[in-house]
Amino acid sequence: MRKALSGTVITVIYLFLLAPIIAVFLISFNSSSALKIDLGSPSLQWYQEMLSNSAFIEGAKVSFITAAVVSVVVLVLGVPVALAIARREFPGKNALSAFFLSPLLVPSVVIGLGLLLVFQPLALTGTYLGIIIAHFGITVPYVIRTTLMSLKTNDVSCEEAARVHGAGPFTTFFRITLPIISPGLIAGAVMAFIISFDEAVISLFVAGSGRTTLPVEMFRYLQYRSDPAIAALSVILILISVLLVVVIERVVGLRKVMNS
Amino acid sequence: MVTLQTTQLRTGGLPVKEKRSAKQRAGTLGLILPGSIGLFVGFVLPLIVMIRMSFNQHGTGGQLVETLTFENYGRALSDPFYWQVIGNTLWLGLLCGGLAVILAYPIALFLTRTTSKWKGVLIALAIAPLLTSAVARTYGWIAILGDQGIINGFLMDTGLLSGPIRLNNDMPGVIIALVEILMPYAILAMISGFGRLNNSLEEAAGTLGASRFKVFMRVTLPLTLPGVFTGFLLVFVLSISSFVTPRLMGGGRVFILATEVYNEATQTLNWPLASALSVILLILFGLLVAGYQQLTKRFED
Repeated sequence: MRKALSGTVITVIYLFLLAPIIAVFLISFNSSSALKIDLGSPSLQWYQEMLSNSAFIEGAKVSFITAAVVSVVVLVLGVPVALAIARREFPGKNALSAFFLSPLLVPSVVIGLGLLLVFQPLALTGTYLGIIIAHFGITVPYVIRTTLMSLKTNDVSCEEAARVHGAGPFTTFFRITLPIISPGLIAGAVMAFIISFDEAVISLFVAGSGRTTLPVEMFRYLQYRSDPAIAALSVILILISVLLVVVIERVVGLRKVMNS
Repeated sequence: MVTLQTTQLRTGGLPVKEKRSAKQRAGTLGLILPGSIGLFVGFVLPLIVMIRMSFNQHGTGGQLVETLTFENYGRALSDPFYWQVIGNTLWLGLLCGGLAVILAYPIALFLTRTTSKWKGVLIALAIAPLLTSAVARTYGWIAILGDQGIINGFLMDTGLLSGPIRLNNDMPGVIIALVEILMPYAILAMISGFGRLNNSLEEAAGTLGASRFKVFMRVTLPLTLPGVFTGFLLVFVLSISSFVTPRLMGGGRVFILATEVYNEATQTLNWPLASALSVILLILFGLLVAGYQQLTKRFED
């Protein structure tokens, strides 16, 4: 009896947690533009509608390109920093690692406004370069975190052995360290991709009237309309996220990456 | 013998240690410099420019006047409207934090205790929503709570209502959606904070004759309180800085700091005032984050 009661409570809370995702999924197959759940005659018309909306297609293209470039750039610039923090001794090390995690401690609206003020005079609003710079700051903490995690859990003896046997620092990094920490790097890059791909607030500020990402196009659309085309699009986005989450879970474990 | 010679050759007479450390320092700098420049351009510089902007003046004709004035802060802190906005922001944070903690607690307790083989899947199910687009999930809530949404549609179809009840475009809708969207953070914080919870303590209390209620109040709750606090503060902090959900669910009728910053920056084009409001939000946020970190540090010791 007691067990049944607590089971019910847990189930209800889980349902609440998943309610919007379930709703979006069901509505995307509607045959009318109403938002009610209508399982009588499922149709794919809103998926067609979504694919014929040029703003969505353009936004998706920008989002994919940006997220891909951001996840590479953030690895190339972030991993060396993590390497220095984990393997070198230098003054100000703690300050540096705090500095690289600090973008997580500033509200997106604030970062977005700051970037807008810098970008507007330089005509960087609504450009690929602008969006990529904007997404660098909010994704680099995750790459640093996952890389540090991998570096700290693997001891340095292999690297030292390589050095003793005459390998230079580059050879040691590419032949020994990199293969060992690659799960952390993959997880970091995938996190960077997801965050860049889903980010709406900062992108909204730096969009101007130019190029912009899919979440911003969705946000703008939703200010005036709320038909199931957005549901169809959301289903696709959620599926992409789920796919990437499975990758992270398989590679390093989701909880480790999310917990600071 | 051979190795000795090569060492001498390489160091060129300098003491080995000094040469290596100079080289190593240059190497370290080479590792951290590119990333630091990137973060400076994409994060530090915008904050500096924004803080400087908050002391500028918004001219009567809408032009920007470079000056050093506290006018914007004066306006933000004296105008009753902005007091209301700051009050709304804090109220939203308190309410979302409280509700999220109440709902996340049973889930976190369950996930800590369960020995089910589905534990991994259940944890993933509870925190994976974090990685799905906030815009998509907010749309889900518009679909559920909107005037033509699922709940209103159902109530009107069944004849229980003649017209829609307003669930979105107002504070309650924003709160419901935000609680759901931020709850996974509370669950995550609590699972990590519940480490000290130990079945044998509760069992011992039970064996010694304590009722289940008493066991919960005297053993379980005190042991889990640190996790509850961190979960609360985390959701509080995230809800006062949220933007997408209050804007879309609030339908322009919910005024909080984040939405006002956006309005001033993109509609009114009053950048100095938008910057001053941002600085205020940043300070509020910073104080709460500092409190949060103090708290987690104390609980860890």
